[in-house]
Amino acid sequence: MASVRSAVSVKITPPVSAPTSREPQAPLVMRMTISKVNFYYGPKQVLFDISLNIASNKVTSLIGPSGCGKSTLLRTLNRMHETVRSSRLEGDILIDNQNILAQDVTALRRRVGMVFQRPNPFPKSIFDNVAYGLRINGVKGSIHDAVEKSLRHAALWDEVKDQLHKSAYELSGGQQQRLCIARGLAVEPEVLLLDEPCSALDPISTAKIEELLVQLKDLCTIVIVTHNMQQAARVSDFTAFLLTGQLIEFSPTPQLFTTPSDARTEAYITGRFG
Amino acid sequence: MATTTTTVPSAGPIAGSRSFLSRLRDGDEIARLVTFIFAGTVVIITVLLVYEFWRESYLPRHKFGFAFFVTSVWDPIFDKFGALPFIYGTVVTAGIALLLAVPLGIGAAIFLAELAPARVSDTLQFFIDLLAAVPSVIYGLLGVFIVIPVMRQYIQPALKSSLGFLPFFQGPAYGVGFLTAGIVLAIMVIPYIISVSREVLISVPRDQREAALALGSTRWESTWKVVLPFARTGIMGSIFLALARALGETMAVTMVIGNTPTISASLFSPGYSIAAVIANEFTEATGDLYLQSLIELGLVLFLLTFLLNGMARLLIVVTSQRGSEMGQA
Repeated sequence: MASVRSAVSVKITPPVSAPTSREPQAPLVMRMTISKVNFYYGPKQVLFDISLNIASNKVTSLIGPSGCGKSTLLRTLNRMHETVRSSRLEGDILIDNQNILAQDVTALRRRVGMVFQRPNPFPKSIFDNVAYGLRINGVKGSIHDAVEKSLRHAALWDEVKDQLHKSAYELSGGQQQRLCIARGLAVEPEVLLLDEPCSALDPISTAKIEELLVQLKDLCTIVIVTHNMQQAARVSDFTAFLLTGQLIEFSPTPQLFTTPSDARTEAYITGRFG
Repeated sequence: MATTTTTVPSAGPIAGSRSFLSRLRDGDEIARLVTFIFAGTVVIITVLLVYEFWRESYLPRHKFGFAFFVTSVWDPIFDKFGALPFIYGTVVTAGIALLLAVPLGIGAAIFLAELAPARVSDTLQFFIDLLAAVPSVIYGLLGVFIVIPVMRQYIQPALKSSLGFLPFFQGPAYGVGFLTAGIVLAIMVIPYIISVSREVLISVPRDQREAALALGSTRWESTWKVVLPFARTGIMGSIFLALARALGETMAVTMVIGNTPTISASLFSPGYSIAAVIANEFTEATGDLYLQSLIELGLVLFLLTFLLNGMARLLIVVTSQRGSEMGQA
């Protein structure tokens, strides 16, 4: 078993190191480093020896067919995987060169925020949704200003400024998802993780969120899971392709979509499977 | 006409254009009628119940009028009947029961739903369901043989010496009384609160918890500030159920309350409840006025339950409206 796995990982190492060899071209700062991560749900291994770097103030997308482990990988980055009791993580994940597993988990999640697949606002007012993170973190100063700032960043302010005290459930699905982004941004995370944020949304709402993500790069580092390849191509700077728990290819997005170096990547992006 | 029915047999919006007979044949109309009758019986039974109680309590209603509710003499020999001690006993014991059972029950439900491993939670839930199914006479026996002696020997003396300056904890420690009845009732309703609240908490969507955790909440913050508010309506439902059970409980209360129609601020004092007096005296009620007074007490219990439930529901509406306006602070 172990020998099989090491053989596999040797095979996929060259494409993984490909983008790192290009790094000198651009002065990229690495915000997070994932190295040799193996992940298990009970006895079942779902991630195999994954290593990749998340560049600061860029959008990195994780693509792959359903069940390839992309969401699992994303959830390890702020240790949300720990909500599943039987899960086990091996390997190191660093943020700014500190191991996230050695940090206080609530402090880590304030630095690494998350937006989920389905919009999941709290059953509170729009204002209270955004203010939630500020309040639990005991933010000093004007909560109102911070809420306004976050809603502006999430491109939602103009639509909701006159109804901040209405229930968040009265918003449309796309607005709810942008509200969730605003809620995540309010605590000023360094990294924002998005787990298929547009899969429950219509095309217009999706376009709005994609546009938003590109703007948000100035504010924080973004990692997005999507199984919409066009979306990955449109919004991301780097793309990682995962298949059955293995990292097949990790490259700058234009390169991965135009000249993939692995036959399986090519097969996936040309729609031959998945 | 006939053509439209055949071309679009099951389209909803134009169903009205189909003849009654064709809808009857399809079963739609039968299902509607049958289920309507079932639902209607609920209303019919309620109305009949109130009507019967109203009719059968003619004598005391005319003899005492409103005084029935506010006088406290219950004397069958001189034909004087006042319901106040029974109303007082019912409300006070149910109040004590909820005061004790709500925090304990919800606390236990939080543990089972949020903190305990699934296996522990499911095992405990099995025992809680068993407790909910125990007949009330068994709880009455538990009250007589355990709660009453313990109250008399330990709890009531202890309360008296520590909190005896309060009017609630004065007077002789008989063991039986309001407090004991309230405690037995609390033991009886806690399983309901735990069981329903646990279900409600478990069914709070996972993404709500995760949203809170992803913002850096501790587990407790996510439970307290997100999961509980989300589940609030359902938890209130469990409290209603407990309240209804506590107000109407007969057997166990009869066995421990002392069966003396008194109104006393002291919770140590023996008392009486509406359900208990009906059960105790109905078979021995001699004379129409006596019997009809007991029936009017039944009507009072019905209205009391109705009223308290209504008030509790109103409370929910008011608090949930305020909840959405919290951000203005």
